[in-house]
Parts: sequence; structure tokens; C-alpha cells
Amino acid sequence: MISIRNLLVQRNGRDALKVESLNIQKGETLAVVGPNGAGKSTFLLALAHLIKSSKGEISLHGKPQKEWHDLEYRRKIAFVFQDPLLMDMSVRENIALGLKFRNVDKKEANERIHKWAKAMGVEKLLERRSNQLSGGEAQRVSLARAFVLDPELLLMDEPFSAVDPQTREKLLEDLSKVLAEDHRTTIFVTHNLKEAAQFGDRVAVIIGNELKQAGKPEHIKENPADSSVRDFVRGL
Amino acid sequence: MSEIFEITSLSLQVSLLATVISLIIGLPFGTWLALGNFRGRSFLLSIVNTGMALPPVVVGLVVAMTLWRSGPLGDLRLIYTPWAIVIAQTVISAPVVMGLTAAALEALDPRLQQQLLGLGASRPQMIWHLWREARLPLLAALMAGFGSVISEVGASMMVGGNIRGQTRVLTTAIVLETSKGEFEKALALSALLLVITYLINLALTWIQQKGVRK
Repeated sequence: MISIRNLLVQRNGRDALKVESLNIQKGETLAVVGPNGAGKSTFLLALAHLIKSSKGEISLHGKPQKEWHDLEYRRKIAFVFQDPLLMDMSVRENIALGLKFRNVDKKEANERIHKWAKAMGVEKLLERRSNQLSGGEAQRVSLARAFVLDPELLLMDEPFSAVDPQTREKLLEDLSKVLAEDHRTTIFVTHNLKEAAQFGDRVAVIIGNELKQAGKPEHIKENPADSSVRDFVRGL
Repeated sequence: MSEIFEITSLSLQVSLLATVISLIIGLPFGTWLALGNFRGRSFLLSIVNTGMALPPVVVGLVVAMTLWRSGPLGDLRLIYTPWAIVIAQTVISAPVVMGLTAAALEALDPRLQQQLLGLGASRPQMIWHLWREARLPLLAALMAGFGSVISEVGASMMVGGNIRGQTRVLTTAIVLETSKGEFEKALALSALLLVITYLINLALTWIQQKGVRK
């Protein structure tokens, strides 16, 4: 579904990410791990076409990113950030946001909003203002806002790092159920190696602004590409 | 009495029109300054911020020279007409709206732009939602823009000429009555100006606070 070749992303004049080659299959869940500042978020932003690459290419369904109409490409994807970044409006309006951008008709939008609000456990909060939610509730709304779009590719940048450990555990449990039933192509960034091994069909390791290795967790653990990967994946 | 009504009505018309034109110019330009990533952006922002403190008499002088019969736009014969006051007041309030719009949008979380785009917003949809998110400071920008022109006297006097029945507005009338020693009249007109300014700001504040309470 996605193929990346000789990708170089530069930010503020320096190399922020290099990916020599990576393919992501339809329905796959890829966990991206690496130390802080290694380039994990840059990887997701480049995939979402929210930042431009300097060299190489990212192709979706065999068509390079630059050949896609920007809006058409972005509307195949939904992005969940580390912080919920909800708008100052009701939960219902927040979840409906992407549907509104796509002019989805009201009846269908309402059905989808209820389905995903229920799946994320926020159906009772639909009329509440976003500023009246707890951190965990806000992140659930943010997830519902992404899933409701039925995106071909779901990108999540450490979606649980800003919530307390208890809420995080419950959120992970609920999300893993949804992902298991949904079979949606998902790429998520995490700094938790256990989480990566638990949810990722494959794990991609980014160290020093470079994709070092991607594969099954046990394979990476047994055959690390180099000493930096070996040191990093000890906890896998 | 009818003269006071005429003066008040002209004051409101020119200042509201100048504010609306400032909004039409200032909102998109301020947004471009806040969201743009181009060379010279800081320089332009500093020019706009300086423009926020433009002395009305200096604006009056420049606009008067431009609209003067021998000036570059003299053929339009706008000097000493209400339109000349609208032009001068727009020059005063547009940088205020522009600068405060840029500041309001820069105060938002910069990731909000990426989040909106990441949910499939087109660029106009993204900008609309950023404006919506910053609606309270944007309304304050509008209030400041209006406040800067309804109360100014220097520019209106210089480009309008304070002609009775044609270009006399509340502030220029107050100056005239004071110079004549008619302090009671000047005080009454000042009270009227204050009440009008208060009522307009009360309405805008009500809209703004409705947004806060929501």
C-alpha cells in the first residue's frame, strides 16, 4: 500500500529523517520506536504529507506523493497527535470535523459519529464542551475523530503519552479491540517497546534520524541491524 | 437637534465603514503574516506593529497631501468629503486589525494547523477554523480598530475640513465648540460620543463573552 524509497526529510536545514526502503502492507499495524528526537514524528508527518521531503519518494497505491492532488492524498489519511488538540466546540462537533470537511451528509455523519463515539466510550459526552473533558476523555474523542473518517491509513503519534498510566492501560485495551476488528492500516509511534511488540505486526526502529531496521519484533531482537538497534531493543 | 443627529450619524457611518474596510484588509493580511513562512515576514510584522501606533495627524497630513487638488489622487476630488475621512480612518485602523489578527493567530497552538490538515481540511477550511478558534481575540481586534477611529480627531479635521453639514463629525465638532468657549455644548457632544462608543463596545463584548461562556 505504501512504499518509501531513498527518503530524505530536512527540517531547519538539517537532516531530520532518512529512510532507504520500507514497504507497508494494507491492513498492517506498524509500530515505530526510537529514542526522543530520533525522527519518529517527522516520519509520520512526511507520510501524511504535512511536511515535504527533500529527496526520494513516498508512494501510496503505487503513485508517488507528488503526483497526488494534495487534498485527495490527505483525505485518505487521519492523524492523531500526542495531544488531543480538540477545537473549542462540543465533542459531537469535534468528532464531526473531518466529516464536515468532506461534506458527508448529515444522516450518514450522525450514524458514524454515534458508532465511533460508542466504540471509544464517549457517547455520553457528545454534547459536552471539549474544555470540560479529562485528558483521557479528550484523547478518546481525538481517536473517535480520526476513526470516524474511515481512513485508509491511520497515523498516531504517541497518542497515549499525555495521559495517566491507568487511563493509558484502559485506552490501549479499547484501542487494541478496535484495531483487531478493524484491520485498518495503522502506523503508530510509541516509546514503549512492550506496547510496540504487543500491537505492531512489525516494528520500525528509528535511531539518529535514520530508519535502521523494520521487521517482526522477535526478528529484530534476534538479528539487530547494528549495535545501536541491539542496545535500543533490549526491552522488546 | 437635527444637526447633532446629522453629526452623530456621519461619525458612525464613516467610522463603521472604515472599520469594516479595515477588517476586509486586515483579517486576510494579518492571517497571511501569522501563518506564512517567507523571507521578510518579521520585517513586515514590525512595519504593521509600527502602523498600529501611527499618529492620526501624520496620517491626516499624508492623506491630505495625496488627495489635495495637486496631489497624486487630486483628480478624484475627495478632499473635504466624508470619503476622505473614511480613507484616513482606514489607514489608522487597518494596521490595528492586521497586527492584532496576526498576534491572535500566532497565540494558537501551531500544531492546530497540522491537526486540521491531518483531518483533511482544505486550506480555506483550515483558516476558517483557526479564525473560529481565535474568535475572541479577533473580536477584540475589531473593537480596537473601531476604538482607534471613532475617537480620533486629527485626521478627520485635516482631510474632512470640519465643514458643517458635510464633514463635521463628533470629535471635530467637540474641538470646534471648545475653541469657541462653548464648553457645555462640547461636554454634551463628548458625553454622546462616550455613550455611542460604550454601546457599540457593549454589544461586541456581549458577543465575545457569549463565546467564552459557551
